[in-house]
Amino acid sequence: MLELIVFSLLNGLVYGLLLFMLSSGLTLIFSMMGVLNFAHASLYMLGAYFAYSISAKVGFWPGLVIAPVLVGVVGALIERYGLRNVHRYGHVAELIFTFGIAFLIEESIQLIWGKQTMDYREPEILSVPLFTLWGTDFPAYKAFMLAVSIGIFIALLLVLTRTRVGLIIQAAITHPNQVAMLGHNVPLVFTGVFGVGSALAGLAGVIAGPALGTFPGMAAVLGSIVFVVIVVGGLGSLWGAFLASLLIGMLQTFAVAVDYSLEDLFAEIGISTSKTSALSDLYTVTVAQIGPILPYLLLVLILIFRPTGLFGKREV
Amino acid sequence: MAVANTAAPGRSSFLRRNAIWWAALVLVVLLPQVARSGTAIAVLNQMCIMVIFSLSYNMLLGQGGMLSFGHAVYFGLGGYFAMHLIQLAGGAGFFMPLPLTPIAGGLAGLFFGLLFGSFSTNRAGTVFAMISLGIGEMIAASSLIFVKFSGGEEGITADRTDLTPFFGHRFGSEVEVYYLIAGWMMLSAWLMYRFSRTPLGRMANAVRDNPERAEFVGYSQRRVRLLSFMAAGFFAGIAGGLFALNYEIVTEETVNLVTSGIVLLQAYIGGVGFFAGPIVGAVVYTLLQTLLSNYTEIWAFYVGLIFVATVMYAPTGLTGIIMMHLPIYRVRKLRTLALPYLKVGVPALCCAIGVIGMLELLHYLSVRAVGQSTKRLFWMSLNVEQPTPWIVFGLLAVGGFFVARRMAPALVAAWEAASAQAQGRGER
Repeated sequence: MLELIVFSLLNGLVYGLLLFMLSSGLTLIFSMMGVLNFAHASLYMLGAYFAYSISAKVGFWPGLVIAPVLVGVVGALIERYGLRNVHRYGHVAELIFTFGIAFLIEESIQLIWGKQTMDYREPEILSVPLFTLWGTDFPAYKAFMLAVSIGIFIALLLVLTRTRVGLIIQAAITHPNQVAMLGHNVPLVFTGVFGVGSALAGLAGVIAGPALGTFPGMAAVLGSIVFVVIVVGGLGSLWGAFLASLLIGMLQTFAVAVDYSLEDLFAEIGISTSKTSALSDLYTVTVAQIGPILPYLLLVLILIFRPTGLFGKREV
Repeated sequence: MAVANTAAPGRSSFLRRNAIWWAALVLVVLLPQVARSGTAIAVLNQMCIMVIFSLSYNMLLGQGGMLSFGHAVYFGLGGYFAMHLIQLAGGAGFFMPLPLTPIAGGLAGLFFGLLFGSFSTNRAGTVFAMISLGIGEMIAASSLIFVKFSGGEEGITADRTDLTPFFGHRFGSEVEVYYLIAGWMMLSAWLMYRFSRTPLGRMANAVRDNPERAEFVGYSQRRVRLLSFMAAGFFAGIAGGLFALNYEIVTEETVNLVTSGIVLLQAYIGGVGFFAGPIVGAVVYTLLQTLLSNYTEIWAFYVGLIFVATVMYAPTGLTGIIMMHLPIYRVRKLRTLALPYLKVGVPALCCAIGVIGMLELLHYLSVRAVGQSTKRLFWMSLNVEQPTPWIVFGLLAVGGFFVARRMAPALVAAWEAASAQAQGRGER
């Protein structure tokens, strides 16, 4: 039992911090421009594919740097030449536009790399177990993922609170016009934030590619979960996104480990259920099986009862 | 509204007032006589189903201002329920003619529309969009878990010919099914059109444009949205039921986010601001999907390009573009636009050929077998390893783009001049 808890905690932490790398950019973009970027997870996927192609030529480590930069450039271009033009048609049009971009990125990935899973692997040096507890290995690569995610989190926090650029960004979130009056190029700040947010998503893709697989569906796997994170955390709140990422990460990893169903619960209190009824699925389904539903249930509940999210100040 | 414009109000005769509906009915009846092949009928069937589905989606997006990312939920659940009814009736042998089974789908859509709408229609905009996304993901995931109901990944199947014959018809042939589906399509489209003309349909527009004022007039924006939502769910369920009886299989694919995305795509490409928009969108999308996929594997990419271009440059959709030219056509000034259109159209076509060429070559690089290097494209054999085709396509794409962009202002000016004339004529 202790083994289960320790490993679920560790895996939840790795997964949660990965989610944070995606959601931090998304939540910053939302708080500045009011756009929920559907293409964010697609940029994450793009990062993994770029890194795969680069790593096939020059190795994993250059890919770790180059791929996110490329994704950042792609993101900045999308903002500059796409989103900015659509802005005048309103938020719904922007949302539909990013949805279209997400569709397009997924299709172009299949166009260039094909439909099959790419053989994108972690470097040799990280493909060993870091430590072994109760006979279960903890891979070094997961520790590496953890280290990168924490590094990014700290760097982001420092940049946003301790540097001039960070202050301008924070000011531009709440008072864009005032910031523009003071002589700052607010549209450029927007493009920059969108680019950096995309680069973070790309970086998440680079490090997640070897662990979670590099395939055309990888954006769909995380795409909606990232929305759950930023809505639950509270839109625009970086701390909220951080805590919600961990919450969702833990929720999903622990749910997978719990093999318990309503039937078992009924059995404990002495009620037997019929196996033949059409509703029997409802009893026999285990917590592990409904794991994938839980985040969305949380999303819907949060939106109904607390639209500001757990830590947010403004409504969706 | 497209249909409204062509139907002259009040005074004219019943036949004339509904001229476009009669024309559509004749077209729908005659189409299978023209397109006789099995594949053509199959395409028509799919088209009709998608028309109902897209129209129901536009009750939300176009008429109610609700952007849904989970409309396939009502389509798919409608399909599942209709399929269960067909299974039950086929097994137990009670009286249930096939043409009535889509109603089960519709009722399922209505019920789930009420259930999910009761908490998701409090607000429109992003909140609504996110809740619809959450529900969509939940239902899609559930459909893989509750295997007894949904059949898991394999889905559920039934044989439609097991049911009580309907005036001697067992619906074994594609054409019989076509007339069944087309009949439902005409009925549903007409009902949805009538819905948009009711006070409720009008209030849905008002709530979309300015919910606060609608409240002050005395309408609950929440209730108006909920009722539209339920109606949309009902018709999506009908479409799902027709899907079930047409394909005789319903799987998780019908409820998942991909299907929800496709219906958004269709409606938007067609034009959400017009009643006829989603019809145009569904027809165009189905044609692209079925015809284009014969020629290229990357048809979905082209559809995506069209979609993004629509969002960026023509937010009123294809129908919007057509409607822009209608007043000019009425004053017979369409000829003045011919030359400017040619000046933009030819370079734009060059650009399109260049882009398509590059994309096809790029795709060929990833799928070709070892040693292969020639690609058949535009009735030519091209060697992908030589730079010439790449350079030619690249030049066509870039050159075409810049020339088209230079010519575009002249086209806009010509259109504005012509439509100013049309307007002047109208006021007189």
